[in-house]
Amino acid sequence: MSLPGLKYFGLIWAGLWRKRTRTFFTMASIVVAFLLFGLLQGLNQGFNTVVTNLNVDRLYVSAKTNMTDGLPLSYTARIKAVPGVRAVSHWTYFGGYYRDARNPIPAFATDVEPLFQIYRELKIKPEYIEAMKKTRTGVVVSEQLAKQYNWKIGDRIPLGTSIWTTKQGSSTWMFDLVGTFDASAFGGFPSFYINQDYFDENAAFGAHTGHYFLVGITDPHQATRISKQIDALFANSTYETRTQTESALAQMQLKQLGDINFIVNAIVGAVLFTLLFLTANTMMQSVRERTPELAVLKTLGFSDGKVLTLVLIEALLLCVVAAAIGLGLATFVFESGALRRIFGNFGMPAIVMAMGGGTALLLALISGLPPAWRARQLNIVDALAGR
Amino acid sequence: MTLFKQIAAVTTMNFKSLPHRVGTSIVIVIGIAGVVAVLISVLAMSTGMIETMEHSGRDDRAIVMRNGSASETGSALGRDAARLVEDAPGIRRDAAGKPIASAESLRLINVFRKEDNAEVSVAMRGVGPQVQALRPELKIVQGRMFRPAVTEVIVGKAAHDEFKGLNLGDQFKTRGATWTVVGVFTTGGDSHESTLITDAETLIGAEQRGGFQSVTVQLESVGAFQKFKDALTSNPALAVDVSRERDYYRRQSETISKVIYIIAYVVGGIMAVGAIFSALNTMYSAVSARLREIATLRAIGFGATAMVMSVLAEALLLALIGGAIGAAIAWLFFNGHQVSTSAGGAGVGHLIFELSVSPMLIAIGILWACGIGLIGGLFPAVRAARLPVATALRAI
Repeated sequence: MSLPGLKYFGLIWAGLWRKRTRTFFTMASIVVAFLLFGLLQGLNQGFNTVVTNLNVDRLYVSAKTNMTDGLPLSYTARIKAVPGVRAVSHWTYFGGYYRDARNPIPAFATDVEPLFQIYRELKIKPEYIEAMKKTRTGVVVSEQLAKQYNWKIGDRIPLGTSIWTTKQGSSTWMFDLVGTFDASAFGGFPSFYINQDYFDENAAFGAHTGHYFLVGITDPHQATRISKQIDALFANSTYETRTQTESALAQMQLKQLGDINFIVNAIVGAVLFTLLFLTANTMMQSVRERTPELAVLKTLGFSDGKVLTLVLIEALLLCVVAAAIGLGLATFVFESGALRRIFGNFGMPAIVMAMGGGTALLLALISGLPPAWRARQLNIVDALAGR
Repeated sequence: MTLFKQIAAVTTMNFKSLPHRVGTSIVIVIGIAGVVAVLISVLAMSTGMIETMEHSGRDDRAIVMRNGSASETGSALGRDAARLVEDAPGIRRDAAGKPIASAESLRLINVFRKEDNAEVSVAMRGVGPQVQALRPELKIVQGRMFRPAVTEVIVGKAAHDEFKGLNLGDQFKTRGATWTVVGVFTTGGDSHESTLITDAETLIGAEQRGGFQSVTVQLESVGAFQKFKDALTSNPALAVDVSRERDYYRRQSETISKVIYIIAYVVGGIMAVGAIFSALNTMYSAVSARLREIATLRAIGFGATAMVMSVLAEALLLALIGGAIGAAIAWLFFNGHQVSTSAGGAGVGHLIFELSVSPMLIAIGILWACGIGLIGGLFPAVRAARLPVATALRAI
C-alpha cells in the first residue's frame, strides 16, 4: 500500500477546506502562534549561540572584588610575560557623551596597537594606528559611529564626561579624529578609542588604572592554564585579579540580566497551550460534522485504520503548513534589518526551526488524535442513522 | 415590541442556550484568557519595577550629585562640596540644630545568587551619621545597626534573601577590608533593600577611593526644594545637579521599564490577533449552530438589530469571562513573584523587585478582552443579521 497521504491527498485537502472560513481562521491563529514562537525562541537561542560562539583566544582580566574597582596598568608587563600570551591591551571606561548627556558614547582609553592585534575581527588601516601613536589627543572610532555623527578625519570632537574631569577642572575633553575602523564583525558596535597616555596625563584622578585587561593568546586550548597563571601572579596582592574567557564573561553578563529565559518560556507555553485547545476543538468539530461522510467512506471499504490516518494527516497538514508560514514570517522579521540594528548580525537559528517543526508535529498529533480515534471507532449503521 | 425588549428577549434566550455550545465557547474564553494573562504578567514586571524605584525616593528629600552625572556611580563630590551642600538653606535641622543630611559613598561588590549561583554586582552604600533621621523608614529586623569605624555592614532584606553569604555573622572581602554582616534591614520594600549599608567614612577609609558620590538631604518641606536648589546652583564654588529624590529614582528605571512596556504590547498585540481569529471561529460556529433559531425568530418578526446585539452580547460575555480568568491567572501566579535584574539602572546595582498586578493592569487586561470579543463577534453578528430567512429555514 502506498502512503494514504499521497494517494488520497485530494480527499484530505477537500476535507480540510470543507468549511473555508473556519479552516482559514484556525490556520491564521496557528500562524500567529508560531510567529511568536519563532521570534521569542529565536531571540533567546540567538543570544545563547552568540555567547557560546564567542572567541576563545581572548581573555579578560578584571579586579577580583568588582570590575569597577580597576587594576593598575603596571600589570601589563607581567601579564605579557606569561607564556602563551600574544598581546595585552586594556580598557578604561571613559563613559563620555557628545553634546548632551543623553547621547552617550561608548568611549574607552586604551593602548590601540595591541588592541587591534587582539580584536583581529576589527579591520583598521595601519596608517591610522601610526597616526594614533603620533597624535596624543587622537581617537579612532567605528565607521558606524563616524557616520552617525557625521565626523570626518581631522575633525576636533568635544566629548563630555560625567566621571573624569580634567586637571583643569573641565568636564569636556577634546579629541582629534585620526582614523576609523570596520566593526561589522560585532554588528557595527559603536566604539570610540582614545590614547591611555593622554588620559593619564589629563585626568584629575583615576590615572594609570584600567577596568579590563584584554589578553590575546596563541592557543585557545591553553586558555584555562593561562587564566590560572595570570590570577596566581597577583594572588594575595592588594589588587587580586579574575581572568575569564570571552564567552564566560558574556554568559555572566547575560545571567545578570535576570530571568529572561523563564519569561520567554512562560509566554511561549501560554501561547502553545491556548493554541492546542483551539486546534483540537476545530478538528473535533470538523469530524463531528462529517460523521455521515466518514461512515460512507467506511461503507465503501475504507478500513478503520485508514480513516484514522486520513483524519490525522488532515490535522498534520493544517498544523505543519500554518507553522511553516509562521516560522517563515519570523525569519523574515529577523532578516529584515529591524532587529539587526539592535542586535547586530542576527539570523534565525536552525535549532529554532527544528524546535518549531517538532512542536507543530506534536500539536497535530495531540489535537488530531482524539477526533481521529473517534472516526476510527465509528459504527457505520449508527453514523449513517445520525445517532 | 420595542427594540430593547427584542434585544433583551433574544439575548436571554441566547445565553440560556450557551451551555449547549460549551465546546466551542470555551475556545474564545481560553484564547482571550491566554492573551490577558500574558499581557498583564509582562506589564506587571514593569509596574513592579517602577513601584519599587518610586518608593525609594520621597518628594521631601533631595539628592545632590556632581553636574552631568546620570547616576551616583558616575558622580563624585569632594568633602568641601559635601559640606557646602549640607550648609545650604532649605534643609530641615534636628533638635541639636544639625542639618538632616547624609553624604554617601557608593561602590559595587560581587555576590552570588542563591538560585543559580550567578555572579552579580550589588551596591554597598556608605551613609552619614544622620541616616536614621534622614530615612525613618529604615528598620533593623535582625541583628543590630552597624557601628562606625569598625568594618560592619547591614544588609537589605531582599539582598539577604536573594544572595549567598549575607547572613548575620558572615564575612566578605572587598579590596580594602573584610566586612562583617551585623544586621538585616527593611525600608518598606524599596530598592534600598537590594543593597548593603555601612558607614561612609569607614567605607572611604577602607577603600581609599576619593570622597562621596552624593548627598541626600531632608528638606524643610516639599515646597522648600526650589529654595535649596537655587542656593546650590547659584553657588560658584559648586557644580552640582539637584533632583527630588523620587524623580532621581524614577529616572533610573525609565529606560528598562519602557523596554518592558514595548515587549508587553508587541507580544500581547500579536497574541491578540491570534485570539481574534479564534474568537471569529467560535462566533461563526455559534451562529451556524443557531441558524434555525435565528431564522425562526426573524420569520416571526424579530429585527436584524436584535440578532446583531445578541451575538455581540454573547461574544462580550465570553470575552469577559476569558479576561477575568486571564487576570486571575496572572494575579495568582505572578503577583508578588520576585525577580531580579541588573538592568535596574546604575546606582542600585542588582535590583530585586516583586511583580505587581495592579488594579490598573487588570482594567487594561479586561479592556483588551472586550476589544477582542467585540471584533471577534462583529462579523459573525452581521452574518446572522443578513441571513435570508427562507434559505436558513431550509438549510437544516
